[in-house]
Amino acid sequence: MKRTTSALALALAAAAGFSGAALGQAKEQFVPANFYWVGPFAPGGSGIAGGMIDYFKMVNARDGGVNGVKFTWEKCETEYNNARGVECYERNKKKGPTGATLIHPLSTGITYSLIEKGTADKIPIVSVGYGRTDAADGRVFPYVFPMITTYWSQNTVKIKFMAMKSGGMDKLKGQKIVNLYLDGAYGKETIPVLDVQAKKYGFQVTHIAVTYPGNEQQAHWLQIRQIQPDWVILRGWGVMNPTALKMAQRSGFAREKIIGVWWSGAEEDVIPAGDAAKGYIAAGFNVSGSNYPVVQDMMKHVYAKGQGEMEDKSRVGSIYYNRGVVFALVTVEAVRKAQERYGKGQPMTGEQVRWGLENLDMNEAYLKKLGATGFMQPLKVSCLDHEGGGQVKFQQWDGKQWKVITDWISSDQSIVRPMIEASAAQYAKENKITPRDCSKES
Amino acid sequence: MLYREAGQFKSTYAEDQQIFPIRQDRIAVAVLLAVAFVVVPLFANQYWLSAILIPFLIFSLAALGLNILTGYAGQLSLGTSAFMAVGAFMAYNFVLRMPWLGIIPSFVLAGLCAAAVGIVFGLPSLRIKGFYLAVATLACQFFVLWALQRIGWFMNYSPSGVIAAQKIVILGYAFDSPASKYMITVTIVAVMALLAKNLVRSETGRAFMAVRDMDVAASVIGIPMMKTKLLAFAISSFYCGVAGALYVFCYLGTVEPEAFTLDLSFRILFMIIIGGVGSILGSFLGAAFITLLPIFLSVASGAFSHATGMEPSHALLSNLELIIFGGLIIFFLIVEPHGLARLWQIAKEKLRLWPFPH
Repeated sequence: MKRTTSALALALAAAAGFSGAALGQAKEQFVPANFYWVGPFAPGGSGIAGGMIDYFKMVNARDGGVNGVKFTWEKCETEYNNARGVECYERNKKKGPTGATLIHPLSTGITYSLIEKGTADKIPIVSVGYGRTDAADGRVFPYVFPMITTYWSQNTVKIKFMAMKSGGMDKLKGQKIVNLYLDGAYGKETIPVLDVQAKKYGFQVTHIAVTYPGNEQQAHWLQIRQIQPDWVILRGWGVMNPTALKMAQRSGFAREKIIGVWWSGAEEDVIPAGDAAKGYIAAGFNVSGSNYPVVQDMMKHVYAKGQGEMEDKSRVGSIYYNRGVVFALVTVEAVRKAQERYGKGQPMTGEQVRWGLENLDMNEAYLKKLGATGFMQPLKVSCLDHEGGGQVKFQQWDGKQWKVITDWISSDQSIVRPMIEASAAQYAKENKITPRDCSKES
Repeated sequence: MLYREAGQFKSTYAEDQQIFPIRQDRIAVAVLLAVAFVVVPLFANQYWLSAILIPFLIFSLAALGLNILTGYAGQLSLGTSAFMAVGAFMAYNFVLRMPWLGIIPSFVLAGLCAAAVGIVFGLPSLRIKGFYLAVATLACQFFVLWALQRIGWFMNYSPSGVIAAQKIVILGYAFDSPASKYMITVTIVAVMALLAKNLVRSETGRAFMAVRDMDVAASVIGIPMMKTKLLAFAISSFYCGVAGALYVFCYLGTVEPEAFTLDLSFRILFMIIIGGVGSILGSFLGAAFITLLPIFLSVASGAFSHATGMEPSHALLSNLELIIFGGLIIFFLIVEPHGLARLWQIAKEKLRLWPFPH
């Protein structure tokens, strides 16, 4: 008994010493890698973590970091669980010479939990393609960046895509759409925007909640069969996606009529469904494939030396992996931008990186320089608009790989933006925040 | 030698009835409180305060609540996290809709709401017991979460189902730093733990234990079954409700049904099983074991790979943590099936005799 206690005490002491060890080094930019490698959502978490860390390794090896400032990181297992996510954030926020550069919570729930903490600690919360949509209003949420495309924007694009397939916006009238969502913060996020669009375009929408983690969908697909919808929107995550596709096959619903969000559109979501996934369409803000120069560079500078994160090398270039690369691209470029203003070759604080994120302008030429043309969409963030992109590509699973079937389609900001501003204003009122005046920001 | 009650005479009833009759215990508790209230806020860093101590204290409170119900009154319950959810959501609503009330009264009212829900779902305990009662309280778990998710009023019609908990402001002072949040938590937990310690020695507590040990015999000697059982449910739910409110206001910062899943109910049940069923101290020990051990394992595995330079795959490390954690639970249950609190009791017995065991 005593031995166990002393072993525990030893581990404790080691841990305490360890957390202090990272301090006192200069010329380093620390980024927390709080992701998940176990549990039902591990394929997404581990793929994104691998892509992001590999890109940092590549930047360190190829360019020696950003103007000589190398990236460092530390992993922390959040298990996609809010309580663990908060603990990981607290554990990693003070490491490195300047503390955490920014944080990718990789969970809508954890994002919500960190909004206030990050704002108080001056650490930007970057939720690329997830998180709290109305945080796109940077006047109310200075430290939150739901970048590239929010759920609401993405949803308007989906409706647009359905209209394109049906032959025009007016054809949506009278159509029936089922919104099959994972019951949780992430799944529920698009309900209000769908309701608004249903009213505007005259389609009927039925929201069907699937309980966490989503491997039980018998009753839901029975209901869908009764409704006989024209389209099913799939807002699943992890194990819910292949289950839904298999159930669709069993109940005879055409897979070409199921449109998934990007968290339902990776290889890991369709391969387990086997045949049932063929023809299924998913949205995406990044594409798969490893023949982009940016991924090739990573093969050359990281994997050729045997330093890659992924044990299964074939996952390099998969949707999740590439998404991790997008996360890292945004991170590195925000640091570069911040250095331009606050001192080249210096590690940046969270506050300085916040400015970098807010003034990020990754246009086509910029993306070409990074070797990421077509890999991600051009991005221009501002104080008013923390989203910056808002475009989506659609891809279809042909049984072997994801085939991109559209170009970037822009979202309908005339619907989304007023909703974002109204919702953000409500938040500001409840929390007694005075919105910033963007004309005074420099 | 050090821990001996010989020579401590009690000359009044008050002395005989105090919570901690042994002087050494009183000193130990006073020292513990002094450490918790003075030393910790002065010396602990932010990480310790907000990621380790606050959740530990909050879960201790929840485990304490369950221990009153399960450990003292003998009613098995799987609805703990539902009662916490009621407390959390009602605290949010009281602060939102009656801001003049102040945060502490809101917490108390939220606890009372949880107590009311606890009484309703405690009604089956009048007819059924043991595992059957556990299944009945399971219904509470599902019903409460369902209601919170489906009835918009609870979440103030928030579209995403996640709401930010309000800031804690008492008499114009904003409690937003980790240290101040810790102070609120530790104050509430200390007061409620002392109340619980007192409760279990009172007539009510003795009635609870009589019901636990044999309810037929208890009713024969005149203990009202309905009142006692429902009171146990009410008090336990009150504790859980306050713990839930603290959990969202002082730790998570968001109020959402997903934070209060069945999984949490089980974890709190494991806390009291590992800590010690029917022991106030056991609630704290169990909460420490279940909440802190995974964190230490994860930090230690990081330190290990840092120190040795080996970098095993992180997926392996994460899975290994779970395996070690599970193994330790089994180990402790085999070594001491009565929980960690029992170990402390044994240690106390030994200390009394030390250094002359014969």
